[in-house]
Amino acid sequence: MFKNLMSWIEYRLPFMDKMNLHVMQYPAPKNFNFWYFFGSLAMLVLVNQILTGIWLTMNYVPSAEGAFASVEYIMRDVDYGWLLRYMHSTGASAFFVVVYLHMLRGMMYGSYQKPRELLWIFGMLIFLVLMAEAFMGYLLPWGQMSFWGAQVIIGIFGTIPFVGEDLTLWIRGDYVISGATLNRFFALHVIALPLVLVVLVFLHIMALHEVGSNNPDGIDIKKDNDGTVEQTEADKKFTFHQYFTRGGKKVIVDAIPFHPYYTVKDLLGVAGFLLIFAWVIFFFPEGGGYFLEPPNFEPANALKTPAHIAPVWYFTPFYAILRAIPHPFMGAVAMFAAIVALALLPWLDRGKVRSLRYRSGLHTANLINFCISFVALGVLGVLPAEGVYTLLAQIFSFTYFGFFILLWFYSKNEKTKPLPVRLT
Amino acid sequence: MSNAPVDHGRRRFLTIATSVVGGVGAIGAAVPFVASWMPSEKAKQAGAAVSADISKLEPGQLIRVEWRGKPVWIVKRPQAMLDELATHENKLRDPESEVEQQPAYAQNRYRSKKPEIFVAVGICTHLGCSPTYIINDFAAQVEGVKSGFFCPCHGSKFDMAGRVFQSVPAPKNLQIPPYMFTDDNTILIGEDEGTV
Repeated sequence: MFKNLMSWIEYRLPFMDKMNLHVMQYPAPKNFNFWYFFGSLAMLVLVNQILTGIWLTMNYVPSAEGAFASVEYIMRDVDYGWLLRYMHSTGASAFFVVVYLHMLRGMMYGSYQKPRELLWIFGMLIFLVLMAEAFMGYLLPWGQMSFWGAQVIIGIFGTIPFVGEDLTLWIRGDYVISGATLNRFFALHVIALPLVLVVLVFLHIMALHEVGSNNPDGIDIKKDNDGTVEQTEADKKFTFHQYFTRGGKKVIVDAIPFHPYYTVKDLLGVAGFLLIFAWVIFFFPEGGGYFLEPPNFEPANALKTPAHIAPVWYFTPFYAILRAIPHPFMGAVAMFAAIVALALLPWLDRGKVRSLRYRSGLHTANLINFCISFVALGVLGVLPAEGVYTLLAQIFSFTYFGFFILLWFYSKNEKTKPLPVRLT
Repeated sequence: MSNAPVDHGRRRFLTIATSVVGGVGAIGAAVPFVASWMPSEKAKQAGAAVSADISKLEPGQLIRVEWRGKPVWIVKRPQAMLDELATHENKLRDPESEVEQQPAYAQNRYRSKKPEIFVAVGICTHLGCSPTYIINDFAAQVEGVKSGFFCPCHGSKFDMAGRVFQSVPAPKNLQIPPYMFTDDNTILIGEDEGTV
């Protein structure tokens, strides 16, 4: 009876076939380490943001008059409102933590290299939408930092020659940031951008499954079936979806099915993540003033500028680049270029060897330079732009872009180590 | 089904023509969505320029008008006040008004279009309090300067051109709004020749 129903459905919608293709019979390299937690964790946080976000809209009032009070109402009077709100606000920071680590993983193991360029591009688009989502979400509590942070960020568009002023007017819908701005940001934050985000995540995963997951060794697990590839006993144990062997043209080695092997492994990552996440939500929901900034506990006031305006921590590396350059428009261009440079990695890196494990010491040093520059810019972005901080921000902006320029030069004829035939 | 040979030229023409017409339609349909983001009539009205009659302004007198929710000062500066502006420029943070806090026509020593009429947004650039106008009694604040603006909140000081003095909390000169003289007696704040 049940079997008949299943085959009735299967005939009309091949659900089990697609589950096999993407989950039960998806060949994943057997050597994933902890760096591979962050993709599934990003999806977990996305679900957390959507779920808590929907619940927050049930009590949030999107208007200049009501927004701040409604957030306080959620925090004080709605049962578990504080928890939903902190899950959402901490979730925003957690999203960037896991996404930044996910991106670093891709950089370490060359996961952006051919044939995964499009996968990387989708990832960068997700990152861009995520930044827009976070920025617009931060305006909604209508606190002092919401207001003045938005003032600064919208002001960046105002630096564009000729059209800047009109563009900011169009974005705000008023001569100052007002209820009109708040309402449109609310609409974009809760409907438009989440839809785009979900579609991009779907495309990201489809593109991943088409070319297959990279791994810490950066070598292919789908070999050409030319008769020279010997499968071990372990290789023969699993059945993978025939789609991946391309009708016998490919032989899959050193792979395990995504389910149950990586679903179980990712569960461990989820448990570890939730432990830290819950600890922050319950004990440090404001993240020491970095997740929710102190001035944001005061209602937005257009006549009173906070003494020191700093964006939330996840924007600060780019904000530091913006401020490092004295010319406002060129600063905005440099900030945007910092993101574009990342998106262009598949083409800036001309190397053939993917993983850090088999690349030159110079590449490792360069990647460490990138990490140090990024973190240093992040720290400088929260500090006031004065004196030695400005100089330091300029130096680290230089080394940040230096990473990409150096990479382009040495990657063409890089001295790499011999690649193993099979995963180690 | 017709067995007539495919006319590729005709097919291509029809494809392009359909795409062009459809594209124009799509652009047209996008207009209301894009245009609805511009300030509404209500927002335009609230942000409209305000005019003030300056014919009865005595030398040294300050009047306030409200523009976009902010107090805007209009001061008629006598010649003595204007002469004084050149005397203390070494004590100012930004005497040449290099920071963009004013329209281009107000980037001069007087920070104004007509030297005697001074227009500024009366909000301290530190934390947004409204400074007090002190006439002929400012020497207690800055030695050798007769008149200026003093912010009671955190002690920021500005001269009679709204230029900020050194070693006070305010980082920038007072903001000068766009304005124009519609005739000798009327000033319009919020609009200038460039925006009309």
